[in-house]
Amino acid sequence: MKLLVTVKRVIDYNVQIRVKADGSGVEKDNVKMSMNPPDENAVEEALRIKEAGKADEIIILTIGNDKAQETIRTALAMGADRGIHIKTDNDLEPLAISKIISKVAEEEKPSIILMGKQAIDDDSNQTGQMTSALLNWPQATFASKIEIDDQNAIVTREIDEGLERIKVSIPFVASCDLRLNEPRYASLPNIMKAKKKPIQTKEASSLGINIEPRIEQLKVEEPPVRQKGIMVNDVAELVQKLKHEAKVI
Amino acid sequence: MTILVLAEHNNIDIKSSTLNTISAASQIDQDIHVLVTGYECEELAKNMSKCEKVSKVYLANNEKLKNPIAENIEPIVISLANNYSHIMAPATTFGKNIFPRIAVKLDIAQVSDVIKIISPDTFMRPIYAGNAIATVKSNDKIKVVTVRPTSFDPVETSGGKEQVENISFDNDSGSVEFIDREESQSERPELSTARVVISGGRGLQSAENFKLLNEIADKLNAAVGASRAAVDAGYVSNDYQVGQTGKVVVPDLYIAVGISGAIQHLAGMKESKVIVAINKDEEAPIFNIADYGLNADLFEVLPQLSSELDKLNTIQQ
Repeated sequence: MKLLVTVKRVIDYNVQIRVKADGSGVEKDNVKMSMNPPDENAVEEALRIKEAGKADEIIILTIGNDKAQETIRTALAMGADRGIHIKTDNDLEPLAISKIISKVAEEEKPSIILMGKQAIDDDSNQTGQMTSALLNWPQATFASKIEIDDQNAIVTREIDEGLERIKVSIPFVASCDLRLNEPRYASLPNIMKAKKKPIQTKEASSLGINIEPRIEQLKVEEPPVRQKGIMVNDVAELVQKLKHEAKVI
Repeated sequence: MTILVLAEHNNIDIKSSTLNTISAASQIDQDIHVLVTGYECEELAKNMSKCEKVSKVYLANNEKLKNPIAENIEPIVISLANNYSHIMAPATTFGKNIFPRIAVKLDIAQVSDVIKIISPDTFMRPIYAGNAIATVKSNDKIKVVTVRPTSFDPVETSGGKEQVENISFDNDSGSVEFIDREESQSERPELSTARVVISGGRGLQSAENFKLLNEIADKLNAAVGASRAAVDAGYVSNDYQVGQTGKVVVPDLYIAVGISGAIQHLAGMKESKVIVAINKDEEAPIFNIADYGLNADLFEVLPQLSSELDKLNTIQQ
């Protein structure tokens, strides 16, 4: 069984982002980049499935500019087997991304596609669901537990009301929650080894898929700034302020 | 222009998120249809049709639709889609799960988590955990949009045209089987719509200590929330989580207890009207956005807060 894991290179989650003064977007130059956090959970889950003897190959797919290869290397250093890099210098929408993933899936024929439930840059939360619909494979979104047997998987999903369990047939698409597992760190020997693992590169424009954006980004701006309030000395003062000044209790 | 809203419900009650979504839709056009998919929910569909701004309700009533399996709901929406200028759902785990499937089947780029409607094709949405706001224009024929419920006031549950039309469903995907749901039971108000929210973080140190918040919550008729750190540590279940990957709340009063204020948490609560932060670390970033900060040990503060609220209630009575 083959597993396909898709990863995205994003601004590191610890970075306080800056909006460009001309409103054209967010400053990405000289900013620390890393793998989208729930994508790390997807890689980790694939590794655990393989270590449990239920899969024999893990393929990492990323779509992005030259530097996106670093994100593939990170996943290879964690233990994945090989990479596919679909090259483009444009920021693609989930619609185009899911078409590319589906195309790769048709060629590679994985049994499970794993990815993060959302990217922490555009926060769209669409790609997994779209990929599932395009391939006509079942989807298991917001997964916090994945149990696999021969033909099926039982997936626990995090929903607003609590938890839900569904049974999906293989092949399927899973979108992973941050609580699915604790991603491992790559060891130094594995980082060295990862440098020799193969990465296949293809131009996005060579795939015959329309990747033109459908949504125009007119403007990006800072959210309204919240003014820092006051410090109170004790609980009695706090309660008085809430009662008489803010009038919220 | 007519707009289709996909209703979120539990076969008995309409979820508030649906009323928020209808409200958002009414800022685009006044002709709004609602699709209810479920089982034994005729009464709910009737109530839905009574809601303000709703001119028609479509009801797909089938045992296979009892639970919201995305693969089953998708073809029903698709069968209606071409009659509409906009198709909308709440950006809850319900809407997020289903809508991208609809968008891709129509070959349309979805606009997720809209917080403001500028015009029928232009919307504002938060990106980077709300640290930037993007204004985007959709150039697709049909706009497929999910809206952030807390950004729109709910419509009234009366004033609709009381028209319900049944539609058939015979398209069980078969590849997904619902097993069960573990829903948290609570007597307290629902987190996403509560007027007051008290949330705890890693500072609470244990599941047992988290109960200190319940006592205060009961006195304020508040919902209890949590930071991701507290959920990851197992103090409370995932449905408590407020933040970028959890729930977004906009209460009148948000009390953050033992929460340092990572940007991912702020993404879920910084629009609250009044924010109180209680933390023993005076450098905690949560103080930068708090209206009232109290730099103290929460284990001393919470019992005092409880008794101060008692005093207040005694005076009020």
